[in-house]
Amino acid sequence: MQRILNRINFTDIAIAIIGLSLVGLIVVGSFKTIAEDNYTTRQWLDFVVFGMAQGSIYALIALGYTLVYGILRMINFAHSEVFMSGAFTAYFAADAMGKSGFLRENTFVAILILFAVSMSMSVLVGVLVERIAYRPLRRAPRLVPLITAIGASFFLQYTFKGLYGDQFKAYPEIAALKGNYVWGDLSITKVQIVVILSAALLMIGLYMYVQYTKVGKAMRAVSEDKDVAALMGINVDAIIVRTFVLGAALAGAAGILYAITFRQVNFFMGFIPGIKAFTAAVLGGIGNIPGAMLGGIFLGLFESVGPILFLDGLNVPAPYQLKDVIAFSMLVLVLLFRPSGILGERLSRSKA
Amino acid sequence: MEHDSKSPWWLKALQTGSIGGAVAVLVSLIGMVESFHARDIIAGQITMGETLLLLIVGFIAYTSSRSGRNTAVPFRLGSGVLAGVVTSAMVVGLILLGNAVNLRRVLVNASPALYEILTFEKESTAAAAGFLLVSGAIIGLISALTHVIPPNWKRAILAGSLTALLIATLQDLIRVTLTPFPEVGAAISWMFGTRGQEGLSVNGAVVVFLLVASVNYFSSVRGDVIRQRANALPPTARRAFRWASWGLLAAFLLVWPRIAGPVLSEVTNSVGLYILMGLGLNIVVGYAGLLDLGYVAFYALGAFIMGVLTTTGGEISFDVRLTFWEALPFAIIGAVIAGVILGIPVLKIRGDYLAIVTLGFGEIIRIMFLSDFLKPHFGGSFGIVSIGTPTVGDTTLNTPQTLYYLILASCLVAIFIANRLRDSRIGRAWKAIREDEDVAQAMGINLTTTKLLAFASGAAFGGLSGAIFASKLSTVYPHSFVLLVSINVLSLIIVGGMGSLPGVIAGALLLVGLPELLREFNEFRLLIYGALLIVMMLVRPEGFLPEAVRRRELHEGDNLNEPAGA
Repeated sequence: MQRILNRINFTDIAIAIIGLSLVGLIVVGSFKTIAEDNYTTRQWLDFVVFGMAQGSIYALIALGYTLVYGILRMINFAHSEVFMSGAFTAYFAADAMGKSGFLRENTFVAILILFAVSMSMSVLVGVLVERIAYRPLRRAPRLVPLITAIGASFFLQYTFKGLYGDQFKAYPEIAALKGNYVWGDLSITKVQIVVILSAALLMIGLYMYVQYTKVGKAMRAVSEDKDVAALMGINVDAIIVRTFVLGAALAGAAGILYAITFRQVNFFMGFIPGIKAFTAAVLGGIGNIPGAMLGGIFLGLFESVGPILFLDGLNVPAPYQLKDVIAFSMLVLVLLFRPSGILGERLSRSKA
Repeated sequence: MEHDSKSPWWLKALQTGSIGGAVAVLVSLIGMVESFHARDIIAGQITMGETLLLLIVGFIAYTSSRSGRNTAVPFRLGSGVLAGVVTSAMVVGLILLGNAVNLRRVLVNASPALYEILTFEKESTAAAAGFLLVSGAIIGLISALTHVIPPNWKRAILAGSLTALLIATLQDLIRVTLTPFPEVGAAISWMFGTRGQEGLSVNGAVVVFLLVASVNYFSSVRGDVIRQRANALPPTARRAFRWASWGLLAAFLLVWPRIAGPVLSEVTNSVGLYILMGLGLNIVVGYAGLLDLGYVAFYALGAFIMGVLTTTGGEISFDVRLTFWEALPFAIIGAVIAGVILGIPVLKIRGDYLAIVTLGFGEIIRIMFLSDFLKPHFGGSFGIVSIGTPTVGDTTLNTPQTLYYLILASCLVAIFIANRLRDSRIGRAWKAIREDEDVAQAMGINLTTTKLLAFASGAAFGGLSGAIFASKLSTVYPHSFVLLVSINVLSLIIVGGMGSLPGVIAGALLLVGLPELLREFNEFRLLIYGALLIVMMLVRPEGFLPEAVRRRELHEGDNLNEPAGA
């Protein structure tokens, strides 16, 4: 006991105070909201379903962050723009197909085409970024690739603004995806089903790829220790490219899912989802694939149910405005109290 | 680029050329060429848009002919020519594609105006293609030739051309600055284009080029002699010389608003505020090595505290109506407290996470100020209006020229503080943390207090800057405090040189002053920042005016393969 008391210092106390007050706010708010009981079960379930759908999108993007972090130990800031580029480019395909009627007649094929376009574009952008901005800086001090990543993110945002314009583009409505299914109090829209199912399929596919194939094993080896993997005969550069390709493809898919959910795309759309996806990756444990998936869904739920659950009880007007605040606060809480995330990091801790 | 010594020279030239072509096509399609086309470099002859394309070709050819195993002259020249031709060929390809397919539905800027520029207004596509390919070859040849001529000449030519380009681009600034001096009016109208056409006249361009080139050549040949003689002067003379130069600088700074006029003073004020912020972030990122992407939070807090305390609008709950000077300490102290509060949770967080968390904080602060939750206290999306302006004696500092002195004074104080901090014990503690936290802790440095002090100092400068900003505009809106501000400040530190004070000033002048002066750059500001950050990190990570230590650190492994004595 004495030893524990000796090791506590001011920092720990301050952090504990901040953390506990945040948690306290959450608990009090939740209790009050539940006590006041302003919302019906149906509304709560709506929030939950919406959160799961949004969370699946975050999870797909988070996988990109976590894969790259696992291999290169750096945050790929430009990943949010990889996400954006896919969705934005696929808009033109969607628009063309919508206007020609192809979208209405062969919806399934059309959506597959959209996925293909989006994922190809994302992969292209992701690989270019890796090749130009990250590869030459593999052995540079920590700060340098980070700043390069930030620069790449902005560069890509404004390049796409210059290429495609700064207007919001609206995806055409997909007739086959209108409407919802209702079971008692639970109401799920068709779009949400598509989102959740596709995301689940892709994540399972990725997990199996990484766990059960030779390339997946190589990826895990490279993320464990690059130099030893090279000694074992693995082509590290090729594996790194492959990782970027995978992450980018998932982000491209997430782009389409985002587009059919929110319907609007523009050059800036990647920024906030990118940060939230990174939060999700950290939440689940950076470098940990199931962790990213879990973190994404968790974050989506938190963000969707949170404002109403915590803030309404605290009598905050218009709590939905603060949902980003909740997401970021979650990041802080996780980093304060469980920096290795829910499922724990798969990497060894490196020095600051 | 990898130096694959096994591939032949023409393959490398092809690769380099294709990269150049891709860049040229991209630059055209994002609208830069069209936008730059509005400004003439040499009046009536060549515009900035065309110059941009020429520069791309030239630079690619220069790079292509620089390295390579075959250093024989014909191969160098061939390499340059080939790279130039390939680059032009890709532009030709774009023109042909644009003629065949309507690109405008997807690529917004692939407009008829763009094609007119790209074809240099030639009548037929064939003529345009021919012109582009031939000029690509010629430019490639000239760029390659610069490697063949003696290095003195090369530097002289480059200096001359770049200076001519710079003067042509900044001709508004120069004209405005020299307007109060009618004696030079005749010289100006001879040098620059006639009114209405911007840019240098042909005569002016030639004169500038020859002048700068000869000065550069002369200094490279005889420069050492002059420097030796200067160093051989007795110390009293040298000291006198140094005092004289500082005195000249001081006089210039004091008189500047009078020369500059209201518009330029406004630009200078923006630059000054960013210098203040840059100095603050320099402490956090440059000295202590803590990558803070949420610096805008302190800026916002300083501005909002100043706003809340001095507003006479009566729309918010806390109606105190202090004067600027009374509220200023509160603004700074408020920012400092925020710095400490925001610093505590991140004390144990490492580099990459720190960046994201601080980014999150910046966004949290902005969203909170924007929200309806805090609207009664901070004005929500309507912001706060009627903020107090500073007064010195009888005069109110509400014009750009008068506010300039306040900003100048603050910058000088900040520079002094930053300078002394760097050389103090705490400054060395920060440097130790930057290098390696664990070792620093082992050496007895208290990580907690040191880091918190870094955040607090940085926040103080940010808060001061924000407070002045608030009273400059006499309104604050949450919309002004976006992440882009943090990125701006970070960019200017990085580009100028992390940890070095002249670097911050240079970075601010370059990254804040230049876009304000050149409207065309302003449109593509963040794109250029992004590209600049990437390029700087690849080529010169220590920035333009770095500390000597930093430069050594970052280029440690560069010359390891050279034989001793090289």
